[in-house]
Amino acid sequence: MTNHAARTPRQDVARTAVTVLLPLALRDYTDGADTAEVAGDTVAAALTDLVRTYPELRRHLYSDAGHLRGYVNVFLNSDEVRGLDRGMDSPITPGDTLMIVPSIAGG
Amino acid sequence: MAELNAAEIQRYSRHLVLPEVALEGQLALKAGSVAIVGSGGLGSPLGMYLAAAGVGTIGLIDFDVVDASNLQRQVLYATSDVGRCKVTAAAERLRALNPHITVNEHNVRLTSDNALDILAPYDVVVDGTDNFPTRYLVNDACVLLGKPYVYGSILRFEGQVSVFDSRIGPCYRCLFREPPPPGLVPSCAEGGVLGVLPGIIGSMQALETIKLLIGRGDVMVSRLALFDALRFKWRELTLKKNSECAACGTHPTITHLIDYDDFCGMKGTDMADDAQAGVREVTAAELKGKIDAGQPLVLIDVREEYEWDISNLSKFGAKLIPLGDVLERSAEIAKSGEVVVYCRSGKRSESAIRHLQAQGFNNLINLKGGINGWASDVDPAMGTY
Repeated sequence: MTNHAARTPRQDVARTAVTVLLPLALRDYTDGADTAEVAGDTVAAALTDLVRTYPELRRHLYSDAGHLRGYVNVFLNSDEVRGLDRGMDSPITPGDTLMIVPSIAGG
Repeated sequence: MAELNAAEIQRYSRHLVLPEVALEGQLALKAGSVAIVGSGGLGSPLGMYLAAAGVGTIGLIDFDVVDASNLQRQVLYATSDVGRCKVTAAAERLRALNPHITVNEHNVRLTSDNALDILAPYDVVVDGTDNFPTRYLVNDACVLLGKPYVYGSILRFEGQVSVFDSRIGPCYRCLFREPPPPGLVPSCAEGGVLGVLPGIIGSMQALETIKLLIGRGDVMVSRLALFDALRFKWRELTLKKNSECAACGTHPTITHLIDYDDFCGMKGTDMADDAQAGVREVTAAELKGKIDAGQPLVLIDVREEYEWDISNLSKFGAKLIPLGDVLERSAEIAKSGEVVVYCRSGKRSESAIRHLQAQGFNNLINLKGGINGWASDVDPAMGTY
């Protein structure tokens, strides 16, 4: 993406649509929504769009330094993003699913 | 290897005619030993199916007693078991189900001091615990001992299953590098759980345990299954070993068991202690005394509406303002006079008070033990939940 495109209001740019599946623990910050439709060409861009929609999520997903928190596990389709060659910069194609896998401990 | 007697041959006949199990597999089950950590929702189907299947030695590890609120999902226990030691009641049930097996009772809390000794004799460790510190403890012990760790976890309508075996795949820490901060993820007691869900997930763990013992099929190593019971959807994710994993990476930093409560942030920090010290408390009996004496006070219930429907103090004028709305609706709370805030157990109301105190309230009092404390100590007809 060029710098020019990055500055263009997002509704004017055709960007890849992606579904994000949200865990229960984060739904208090998404008005109860368990999925969100976001746009972005990379995992990082899609998550940026997610926190733009739900600003309260930001502090739960990112540290103050802007890194994805250690307890947040993001999967692009069936693969954990941290394990992909390009990590958070991994490209997204139409129809992909991003999933934030919850840490749950009930037994 | 042990043999089967006539009674065992009859008992296990449906296994013996399965070519994938057969006599060889059944003998492997008989020679096998499994430690089940936690005799609760997951531990119930685990214990029953592994005992029924003829796993020769089953170790039950739990320190709790049976509570009436367990019976909605912990099918190991009868109503008459309420108040009994879980491990004793569970062991009795499993021995009655299958007298050909050995059930070891470990009526203790698994800790960093005893975990390696308790788990070492077993071939497979299955996790049915209900908290993050014990899950990290069980994982690290399994990594250090080089044992497969059959993982299952549940909350509300969600379940997870995997098999972690650091010798051939990732461990629990490879996926869950850090625990979530305390309070972010509710426990089953706080968030609820559909009673049948541990039946499903625990049975899946029993399945994987049996496959590990007989050495057949594709075990869930390097895979995580997620079940959404409400939508009846299974998803499967691929897990990779993390070369930087603190427990099983190339340069592990966890070379012995650590303080897991501390690791999971469960120990009070100075800040938390200060905050707690700054919250006034009243016991249920003291509150009843104030009400009986006609002392003017306001009651605020910060639970959810569905909890209010279970029990409430509306006959004393209590008003419902769920925790999530407390700051937004703080204008509805009197800033003078005594205001008693309550929830189920006293935790959420304490949190509400801390937030409101930051806004200038100084007249709020927490009901110690919440409405459950009121039900136990003042009004037993109300019932706890």
